[in-house]
Amino acid sequence: MRKAEVFVTLKPVVNDPQGLTIRSGLHALGFDKVTDVRSGKYLLVTLDEPDAAKARQQVEEMARQLLANEVIEDYRITMLQGGGL
Amino acid sequence: MRTGVVVFPGTWSDRDCGHALGDVLDQPVDYVDYREQNLKGLDLVVLPGGFSYGDYLRCGAIARFTPVMEAVTAFAAQGGLVLGICNGFQILQEARLLPGALLKNASCEFRCEWVHLRVEQSNSAFTVDCRPGQVLRIPISHGEGNFFADPSALERLEQESRVVFRYCTQDGQSAPDANPNGSLHNIAGISNVRGNVLGMMPHPERACEALLGGDDGLLILQSAIHAWSRVPA
Amino acid sequence: MTGDQLSTTTPELGVRRAQLDSVALADEEYREIVRALGREPNDLELGMFGALWSEHCSYKTSKALLRQLPTEGPNVLQGPGENAGAVDIGDGLAAVFKIESHNHPSAIEPYQGAATGVGGILRDVFAMGARPIAILDVLRFGPLDRDRNRHLFQGVVAGIGGYGNCFGCPTVGGEVYFDPAYTDNPIVNAMCVGLVSHEGLRRARADRAGDVVLLVGADTGRDGIQGATFASVEMDERSASRRPAVQVGNPFLEKLLCEACLVLNELEGVTATQDLGAAGLTSAASELAYRGRRGIDLEVDRVSRREHGMSAYEVMLSESQERMLVVVRPAAEAAARDVFEHFELHADRIGTITGSGRIRVREGGAVVGDMPLKALVDGVPSRSPAVEFADKHPSPPMPSIAEPEAILLDLLASPNLKSRRPIYRTYDHQVQDNTVIGPGFDAALLRVPGTNKGLALTTDGNPWYVALDPYDGTRAAVAEAARNIACTGARPLAVTNCLNFGNPDRPSIFAQLQESVRGLADACRAFELPVVSGNVSLYNETSERNILPTPVIGMVGLLDDLSKRCPAGFQEDGDLVFLLGETRDELAGSQYLQLLGARLKGRPPSVSLEMERRLQSALLDSIAAGVVRSAHDVSDGGLLIALAESALFGRRGLKCPNVTGAMSREAFFFGESLGRVIVSIAPRQVPDLQRLMVHHQIPIHAMGVVGGENFQVGSDVRVPLDTLRQAWETAF
Repeated sequence: MRKAEVFVTLKPVVNDPQGLTIRSGLHALGFDKVTDVRSGKYLLVTLDEPDAAKARQQVEEMARQLLANEVIEDYRITMLQGGGL
Repeated sequence: MRTGVVVFPGTWSDRDCGHALGDVLDQPVDYVDYREQNLKGLDLVVLPGGFSYGDYLRCGAIARFTPVMEAVTAFAAQGGLVLGICNGFQILQEARLLPGALLKNASCEFRCEWVHLRVEQSNSAFTVDCRPGQVLRIPISHGEGNFFADPSALERLEQESRVVFRYCTQDGQSAPDANPNGSLHNIAGISNVRGNVLGMMPHPERACEALLGGDDGLLILQSAIHAWSRVPA
Repeated sequence: MTGDQLSTTTPELGVRRAQLDSVALADEEYREIVRALGREPNDLELGMFGALWSEHCSYKTSKALLRQLPTEGPNVLQGPGENAGAVDIGDGLAAVFKIESHNHPSAIEPYQGAATGVGGILRDVFAMGARPIAILDVLRFGPLDRDRNRHLFQGVVAGIGGYGNCFGCPTVGGEVYFDPAYTDNPIVNAMCVGLVSHEGLRRARADRAGDVVLLVGADTGRDGIQGATFASVEMDERSASRRPAVQVGNPFLEKLLCEACLVLNELEGVTATQDLGAAGLTSAASELAYRGRRGIDLEVDRVSRREHGMSAYEVMLSESQERMLVVVRPAAEAAARDVFEHFELHADRIGTITGSGRIRVREGGAVVGDMPLKALVDGVPSRSPAVEFADKHPSPPMPSIAEPEAILLDLLASPNLKSRRPIYRTYDHQVQDNTVIGPGFDAALLRVPGTNKGLALTTDGNPWYVALDPYDGTRAAVAEAARNIACTGARPLAVTNCLNFGNPDRPSIFAQLQESVRGLADACRAFELPVVSGNVSLYNETSERNILPTPVIGMVGLLDDLSKRCPAGFQEDGDLVFLLGETRDELAGSQYLQLLGARLKGRPPSVSLEMERRLQSALLDSIAAGVVRSAHDVSDGGLLIALAESALFGRRGLKCPNVTGAMSREAFFFGESLGRVIVSIAPRQVPDLQRLMVHHQIPIHAMGVVGGENFQVGSDVRVPLDTLRQAWETAF
């Protein structure tokens, strides 16, 4: 089994009220060096695909079609090492 | 006007839409399963509110890939009337039938309350009975209704007069305090270029009986009936 | 179980001490199990007994007391003992309802604790075959200036909304109060009301041997193992580390499960449906079969799992949410499976109903548990802890007030009286298109779909009155709930209740419970209101601090003609405002004294159920005759608060030129004497109102006239309505 991490984040131009709320929460706790927080989603995809290149290509496709919405979101994929059978 | 109300797994406004169109307005209503691929015989397709697929991942993201949405896309292309309410609006955007996206409310909270909407234009099939500038009182009920589109898309929407409803004060001012969710330009509802597809966050089907607090929503549903029958209001 | 009891464990039980501790069984209970089985239980059996003999599942400490409650009446279709109670509301329809606590899970993980509380009560209602139409939530927290309390409050409110909004059942009412006694031990009670035709009313009673048992809905995971036990012991610092006991809800799956069960309800050959709640499969399977006087054989291998390597013990005691047991005739199995398949839910055939009177659990072909159901479900010995009555304190000295206007504004802005809108606007209270009167008023009012009738719903339970006098305080809660229902024009029909108390092993706490149940029984008898369902939550104790005694009354009423409904806010300028009922010199337990920081002591407002009944009859007659344009109950905060609320609700000012009572100004303005209602009427109706009140022998006092920009009472109070609203609408 191969594992891929997909990080989905809001595009920089998109307002992120959740991130802003978390930032003020951190400030309230005294972490006053925090200048920005952006929230996002983390997905761990496990797939049965022995070929590393094909696996990566498929995850790209998943991210493009469903996991991220290109209107508001960016994504980043990390294929985990040692995830082979 | 025969209406098909689409039922996705997790939809809950289906019966409310059926009640408003069927019981209150006495129109024939069919419930359409999300696996359905045939919309023959329907004049209006409603994508109702709810939490399709739990709103997991992103509101509307999974519903958009159901078989019925392919049929809805073809139906809209042929000029059929499509009304997406709340989650239905989110699904229409995910399906790229309408531009933009709906983000988490600026308050980060769910909001269920009556709001005022200013009708921006009466060219859409769903506002032919309204006059521009008219103020409607209709409830919202959502956690993610914060309208976003990138600057060029937003400008296009405005230029093409496709912003159909804006959140406003009781006397029709689209002021920041009247914006319940942080939507850009106070946008509450938009249409496609042709005006046969409307997406809106507020729930007109909840505003069809004075007993329940107001009936301004009838104007929207009756507009669709009139647009369909080509009878000028 | 307390540490003291553990230390008395007898030597022969020593080897099982750790296990007995983990299932919270007392030594004598263990001996009783051995007697019933005729042998020592194995680990699985001990776990199953421990769960079903927990306080949460068995009611062993409260069940003797609960027998006092009136549970029958001409409208009752189903009393206590099922998933929920049911009453006839005419037109061949039944209202199905129940209230349940989720205090302990919410104290550990507030979002999921509250969310799964809502999920559990929804399942109770749709297990009865009814479509859920309303949720109400009763919440109590410690003061919000403490971070932990705020965290609990925010999490609970978000969890209720998160579940109910996604599921699509409107949250139409409830109440929230704050008191230091609830610090770290919040109260989270959820009530659900559903509708079903009489024929569609389903029972969780498997009474036909040979029937097939299907487990439907979510896969079974390790969540909530021993949640029932967890809810039956007091909490301490170690509780947070028992976190695996908290389940995670999936409202989307619940929605599908509900729709599937409602379709299933149309099928022939469905014998019973039972929700899986506390003690999971153990409780659901045992109760189903025991109620039907049958037995049940289960094969744990057939249970779909979310995790690998689960033992029979874990499968039998898992509290994974969104699961139901469905019992069908063998001939109906295929049709039932089709229904679940349509909703993309899997249905596992996990067992059969037998004639054995026993529950038998098989794993890998071998019997791993075999117990008589009577002992398991009904065999726990009743407990009757010692009782010690607290001394009644004399009334406190009355501080006198210089500025009633400042007090009024402070009270309106106080946590217990300020507007609840910041909370309820995060709940969908309109979905299903039946909400005629939503949250924020005396009682919610919902249209019964397809009719012109309304169901009025409310919850009540002023904990300070109960703390001062559990008997009178509980009678007061029933009286107030009925009054709230009557203010909408509806007639009270039936009661559900949730009894939240501290550790009953403390004699003073058990005395509170005993007196409270006696008060509940007496009040329900006096109002001729059957108690059709309920729940008891004990051991609400954190680090030796107990909550205020918190019996909560949920009430359902019926309005035959929705056009006769009565709002709470003033309706027309020029209308005249009257106070119905008698004001006495009573301040103990009031919000006013709390505001001034007085200690909680004295006698709570006196209760006359006879007077209360007359008042409510008078009010209902006046509303039905169209005499009254608005009605609002005078309760927390007293007369001035009730007048201010009527003005705020109706967005209209009020001018009361000269009002005084034959008592201190404090008691008149801020006392909370029971049995009072503020009404507004058109001036021409005055003779009609007077005639009706004379007929019912209800005192009536003219207050003032609706209208203007100000809220003005005598020469003491003159506040612009906007100022009043600003105070009332301060954020939490």
